[in-house]
Amino acid sequence: MTAIPYSSDHADPHRLGRGGGHGHAGTRAEGGSAPKRIVVAYGFWIFLLSDIVMFSAFFATYAVLVGATAGGPGGAQLFDLRSTGIETACLLASSFTCGLASIAVSVRNRLWFYVAMAVTCLLGLSFLGLELKEFTSLVMRGDGPSRSAFLSAFFTLVGCHGLHVSAGILWLLTMMAQVFAKGFRADIERRILCFALFWHALDIIWVALFTVVYLLGAGR
Amino acid sequence: MFGKLSWAAIPLDQPLPMVASGVVAFTILGVLAWVFIKGHFPYLWREWITSVDHKRIGVMYTLLALVMLLRGFSDAIMMRAQQALAFHAPGFLPPEHYDQVFSAHGTIMIFFVAMPFMIGLMNFAVPLQLGIRDVAFPTLNSVGFWLTATGALLVNISLLVGEFARTGWLPYPPLSEITYSPGVGVDYYLWALEISGVGTLVAGINLVTTVLKMRAPGMTYLRMPMFCWTTLATNLLIVAAFPILTATLAMLLLDRYLGFHFFTNEAGGNVMMFMNLIWAWGHPEVYILVLPAFGIFSEVIATFSGKPLFGYRSMVAATMAICILAFMVWLHHFFTMGAGADVNAIFGIATMIIAVPTGVKIFNWLFTMYGGRIRYATPMLWSIGFMVTFILGGMTGVLLAVPPVDFVLHNSLFLVAHFHNVIIGGVLFGAFAGYTYWFPKAFGFRLHEGLGHAAFWCWIIGFYLAFMPLYVLGFLGMTRRMQHYDVPEWHPWTLIAAAGAALILVGIVLQIAQLVVSICNRAALTDKTGDPWDGRSLEWATASPPPAFNFAVLPNVSGEDAYWGMKLRAREEQGETPHYEDVEMPRNSPTGFVCAFFATIMGFALIWHIWWLVVAGAVGAFATFVVFAWRDEVEYVIPADEVERIDRANIAERRAEFAHAGQET
Amino acid sequence: MSPRETSPENRSLAPDSAPGDELAEGHGVGQAVLVYVVGLALAVILTATSFYIAGTDLVWAPSIPVALVVLAIAQMGVHLVFFLHITTGPDNTNNVMALAFGVLIVVLVIGGSLWIMANLNHNMLPMDQIMRMQR
Repeated sequence: MTAIPYSSDHADPHRLGRGGGHGHAGTRAEGGSAPKRIVVAYGFWIFLLSDIVMFSAFFATYAVLVGATAGGPGGAQLFDLRSTGIETACLLASSFTCGLASIAVSVRNRLWFYVAMAVTCLLGLSFLGLELKEFTSLVMRGDGPSRSAFLSAFFTLVGCHGLHVSAGILWLLTMMAQVFAKGFRADIERRILCFALFWHALDIIWVALFTVVYLLGAGR
Repeated sequence: MFGKLSWAAIPLDQPLPMVASGVVAFTILGVLAWVFIKGHFPYLWREWITSVDHKRIGVMYTLLALVMLLRGFSDAIMMRAQQALAFHAPGFLPPEHYDQVFSAHGTIMIFFVAMPFMIGLMNFAVPLQLGIRDVAFPTLNSVGFWLTATGALLVNISLLVGEFARTGWLPYPPLSEITYSPGVGVDYYLWALEISGVGTLVAGINLVTTVLKMRAPGMTYLRMPMFCWTTLATNLLIVAAFPILTATLAMLLLDRYLGFHFFTNEAGGNVMMFMNLIWAWGHPEVYILVLPAFGIFSEVIATFSGKPLFGYRSMVAATMAICILAFMVWLHHFFTMGAGADVNAIFGIATMIIAVPTGVKIFNWLFTMYGGRIRYATPMLWSIGFMVTFILGGMTGVLLAVPPVDFVLHNSLFLVAHFHNVIIGGVLFGAFAGYTYWFPKAFGFRLHEGLGHAAFWCWIIGFYLAFMPLYVLGFLGMTRRMQHYDVPEWHPWTLIAAAGAALILVGIVLQIAQLVVSICNRAALTDKTGDPWDGRSLEWATASPPPAFNFAVLPNVSGEDAYWGMKLRAREEQGETPHYEDVEMPRNSPTGFVCAFFATIMGFALIWHIWWLVVAGAVGAFATFVVFAWRDEVEYVIPADEVERIDRANIAERRAEFAHAGQET
Repeated sequence: MSPRETSPENRSLAPDSAPGDELAEGHGVGQAVLVYVVGLALAVILTATSFYIAGTDLVWAPSIPVALVVLAIAQMGVHLVFFLHITTGPDNTNNVMALAFGVLIVVLVIGGSLWIMANLNHNMLPMDQIMRMQR
């Protein structure tokens, strides 16, 4: 509870200004704007939901086109579940290490932050490497995205996720650089919070992806 | 080196686009020259282009919309003229031009007139109505505006360099696939919309967060003005629907650029999936357009009836119901495309249900007017015109919602008349009402009332003349987008429609005249009180135009119609001085403009397949982002005594004006 | 008028927590790490189960897709609760409402599209047949 005195001598006309009468959204005295951390994180949360809706459009397209193999191979012929399993393990572990990085930020421990973020980065790169390997081998065999509608949908859906992971890694490295240059400043902390939200959301989408595309697809 | 771009891209042999581009280029260069000669560039850069102030950004959005309205309307005049002339005759627009004209007309009107107009008004008014200093993410707001402007710029460049899409405003495959549209037209459309779509999404995130997380102390959800509720619903729809558009257009781009097979005729592509997805976006889009207009009408009707809005809670419920239902009706745009009776029935019923909350709103507006002391200012005229016109358009919509009827009327001029009825009657009239209502707040002087009235009457009579014949033509069997025809029964109606378009042109000229005359006479039309309409919500508590920080001291809200309550209590509370504090405001930033600059380069390069330029643009955009992220000084402080000085000056001016008025009566 | 500090409308405006934010102070580092460890363990179990079920004959074949979907939804829930700290407390209401809205849209888009496209595909000739008719 903020301790801003309220006396009737300089009571405000029309009840302007009291408690929340600051210029900036600092403490939130009952009513008034939320603190910046909450505003930023909520805004990013809304962005994430929009991103998930975009993925759902790609998912819907994939589901509709999954049978349109144009005489070519389908999931059962193409998917290597071992590789998928390793990718899943990498991404899940990276989500865990990202959580550790968030804890490091909250206790202001630079070393653990760098270590956790570096491990997250390596795990993310391993994920991308395996995915790239899968894509190139498919294209080399002539089963690239222009072979059939099913393959177009597959490459787009999984590729879109991979692009998001790539962007996430770029963001990760930028955050490490920012902490190195400026320490745990308030705005940098907010950005790391948003990054963590992003990284966890990517893993959530991957859960849907490996289930619907790989596990269900391999059985067809 | 330059991809597909060559000098042949400029249509030197075609007079119409050359003349049109000439006019546009001449106007732009003329304005730039005038600005440069008068030395206004530093002011423009400092105060407008790099501004992150929601009021400035709102004005720029509205200005973009008004300018693009002229471009979109000239397309409309050309279409009406063509259809009036082309009975047993070729008209003056060859088919490949006519196709581009109607495609550009729809694209510009929806994406670069209606959307920016509404987003601009929401950006301007919502923080003022919520009693706060700015939106949640001011710099992002600027980025959103400039990306929208990039989209508009790309569409206009297509007039001179290359061509535009010939597919209609929604590029249905397989016509829009590379096989049947090998030119750059569809690519212009796709990249312009992908880029401005990012801008729109950013505005959506901004406004949702602002309404949900930033309000004046004491302003609970049920004390917000109605316009803020419709803003919330609209932007939730934007956040939910625009990603679908992004994904669908991206899939079409992948088909065109990389040979994918989402919507092709071969290799398993499914054309109908495009229709399905694009309308899953397209239907929420029309509610995105009309909900802010509903909010504006709630504000205007309450203010000019001198009564609080009737049935506030039912209005809130109706608004949120429309928000949810908007996602459950999209199939009604393709009843005729083979989904079968079961699917058609469910979506037909859902479509009829969604008319109910709108009906609730209409009744609430009528009950607000009933028993009030109505003042027929220009915004109120637009509102009353809206109610009559929109009811008509809505009823034709419910008629079309019946699948068997739609099988007769789908893609006829009846459909065209219906959606223009609701978009012009709803969205555009709402935009004009909002524009005339909030203009004094934005600029400190009112618009000329007489010219406003004249413009309104020309618009509404012109509208009925232009579009009622289209209903008849729909029943007579005329399909949309016809470049020529030979059915004699149709001709008289197309002539009347053309006359209506001419009358609307007069209305637009009167609106331009209104603006010019008002600016010239602004001394006589000044609003010194900040409250020219005896308003009810918090934006009228500020000076006109408001200072950068909006409110010297953030208001405390204890009921609905916050400002009205303040005015009622003003007598007892006079003479008490507020407690001023330092105000932190976000710094201006060129991020938005520079980002959009690189986006324009990338868009143009992608359209013309100039790959090295795409990479350069992407690097530039990323660099801009990093530079922005590296800033150390994000805010600047306005010291308390400066705030006090500005506020006292405003209060003194308002008191003097009221005292003066009091002496006169 | 009673002081605004305790008026009921204002009391309901309790401070929210940001999505993804750590649990409030008072929990040590160990506690916070434990939350992530538990989440990871649960996620690993669910993932392993999914992969196992997909390839096994132990489960009645037609129920495999249902089982996989249920396991996926469960794992998404684990992520939301343990990694993103989304709870049902009053400070999280806005976050949950937004999530619910997003889920509704996803269900409508995917479910609606599948239903519509199934009906369309059933009623319409395959595209290559239509193209052959054009020749």
